[in-house]
Amino acid sequence: MQGLDLLRFNLRLISRQWFRTLMVLLATAVGVAAVLLLTGLGEGARRFVLSEFALLGNDVLIVLPGRKETSGGLPPLTGEGARDLTLEDAEAINRLSGVKDVAPLVVGLTTVTAHGLNREQMVVGTTESFFNVRGLNVQQGQLLPKLDLQRPEPVCVIGTRVWKEIFAGRPVLGQWLRTGERRYRIIGVLEEKGVGLGTDMRDVVIVPVASAMQLFNTSGLFRLFIKLQHPSQVEQVTTRVEQLIQQRHGGELDITVITQDAVLGVFNNILQILTLAVGAIAAISLIVAGILIMNIMLISVSQRTSEIGLLKALGASAALIRLIFLSEALLLSLLGALLGIAIGFSLLWLGHSIWPEFPVAVPLWALFGALFLALFVAGLFAWLPASKAASLPPVLALRGETSDV
Amino acid sequence: MIRLVNLCKRYQLGEGVVTALDNFNLQVEKGEYLSVMGPSGSGKSTLLNMLGLLDTVDSGEYWLNDLCMSTLSEEGLASERNRQIGFVFQAYHLIERMSARENVELPLILTGIPSAQRQKKVDELLDRLGLLDRADHKPHQLSGGQRQRIAIARAVIRRPSLLLADEPTGNLDSHSGTAVIELLEELNAEGITLLIVTHDPAIGERAKRCLRMCDGRLVSDRGG
Repeated sequence: MQGLDLLRFNLRLISRQWFRTLMVLLATAVGVAAVLLLTGLGEGARRFVLSEFALLGNDVLIVLPGRKETSGGLPPLTGEGARDLTLEDAEAINRLSGVKDVAPLVVGLTTVTAHGLNREQMVVGTTESFFNVRGLNVQQGQLLPKLDLQRPEPVCVIGTRVWKEIFAGRPVLGQWLRTGERRYRIIGVLEEKGVGLGTDMRDVVIVPVASAMQLFNTSGLFRLFIKLQHPSQVEQVTTRVEQLIQQRHGGELDITVITQDAVLGVFNNILQILTLAVGAIAAISLIVAGILIMNIMLISVSQRTSEIGLLKALGASAALIRLIFLSEALLLSLLGALLGIAIGFSLLWLGHSIWPEFPVAVPLWALFGALFLALFVAGLFAWLPASKAASLPPVLALRGETSDV
Repeated sequence: MIRLVNLCKRYQLGEGVVTALDNFNLQVEKGEYLSVMGPSGSGKSTLLNMLGLLDTVDSGEYWLNDLCMSTLSEEGLASERNRQIGFVFQAYHLIERMSARENVELPLILTGIPSAQRQKKVDELLDRLGLLDRADHKPHQLSGGQRQRIAIARAVIRRPSLLLADEPTGNLDSHSGTAVIELLEELNAEGITLLIVTHDPAIGERAKRCLRMCDGRLVSDRGG
């Protein structure tokens, strides 16, 4: 039998039994679509996180108070943040060779008031270097002024959402924002920018670091960004920073220095495994589809017993009968998988058009893996029914009887 | 052309054993026209299935065109069925989802003959049988006689040397039954060996050679 004739024979069959065909197509399509959808989301999450951290650039170190190991292990017995990371530490680090700039960060929540409106607001204390490190800019007004680290100044730069919600988008430069008994003059409004590093930069008030420390009555930094003179100096500067802090903190290394590459590596690993895992879970539905195919093919064999007998009488060998049934299952599965690919991509596209910030991308291995698995499972599960058809004794089959032998 | 030597075939049927063929011997020349008659269970269906290579025997030899069929593999038997043997069944066994033309084409499709050659052969044959105007009808749109003639066209499209008909008129009225028998006789006249299994004495008597069977044995062989 020629390939084209086989295809036509099967197409005729599956179009005649459209309900049965629809069921198999749906089962396979749902399985394939699930694989694409979940791996697409997983891969999207990976790319999202990577792009977030890539914002930092590879010439930036982050110093966190406390000793943390991103690679796991027991929590330190001494407790975290035994000693604060202070502004003096930041100044000392700034004087190290290889360091171009430091941006200390203090973060806290407080209630701000303006025009009689109250708002629970995240306030970030930092310096003008922070804007450079995070790639932020103002759409109006100016950035924080270059100040001595220790010097508070009652000025602030606000995010766009703060501007729109408290000031309803009216001109705000020179206006005052009040929190408790303190007030800050608004000198700039940030550009509209998305979420970065878990912080929505549209929804912050940025004040000089010393002002924030007064406001939150703290002497410890939340974290410290270090901008290097050159990306190649990551290792040396990390060592220098650790030595310096150990020296300043009475011999105890109670900070953690993380680099973009380290963070990227860890997240990359986690998210890749996650993507693989959700893909594998979705693939289970393909196996369920395979069992459905087996059932449907078994029914088909018993319904078409006399046809099988006829084909044998007309000279079809057992191998050809098996091929006819196997190829029918494979054709159904292929059509189902293509339908599933169409559904999967449509849903991802739909999701992407609703949430454009979130990148979705189906990894190529998932696409071909799902297609291959669908065909493999169909072939595997159709083998039994196809062999059953092939081994039917023609005399009994012609009479429409299935032998139980 | 056909030589059967000491064929034996037994079935297990419930508790008992049925002897369908009991040391059966037969010789048939090319182009003969035979009918096989006998009561139910006399072994005539078994003989037909065995001649058609649909069934195997327990012992004995079956020679078809100087080739011993008993030694062939399943694959070899399938190929011989396709090449040498045409079947006509009482219940037609047409595939409902296919048109008359496609049903006739089926044996050619199974052997992998290219589409262009197939169309020509099928149309020629249907034209000859006066069925060309019915070629695109589905079997359920045809009368019983037309269906059986389509089935006969399917049986002879490969120009077999042996045409086996199992009660070919069993589902037909006498008028279309006669037309079917006449068609079979016409094909026989062209040199195809014809063997008809029937209950109908009128049809049985038309054959040049009439075999009667009982309990797996040949009891009479008129004209043989």
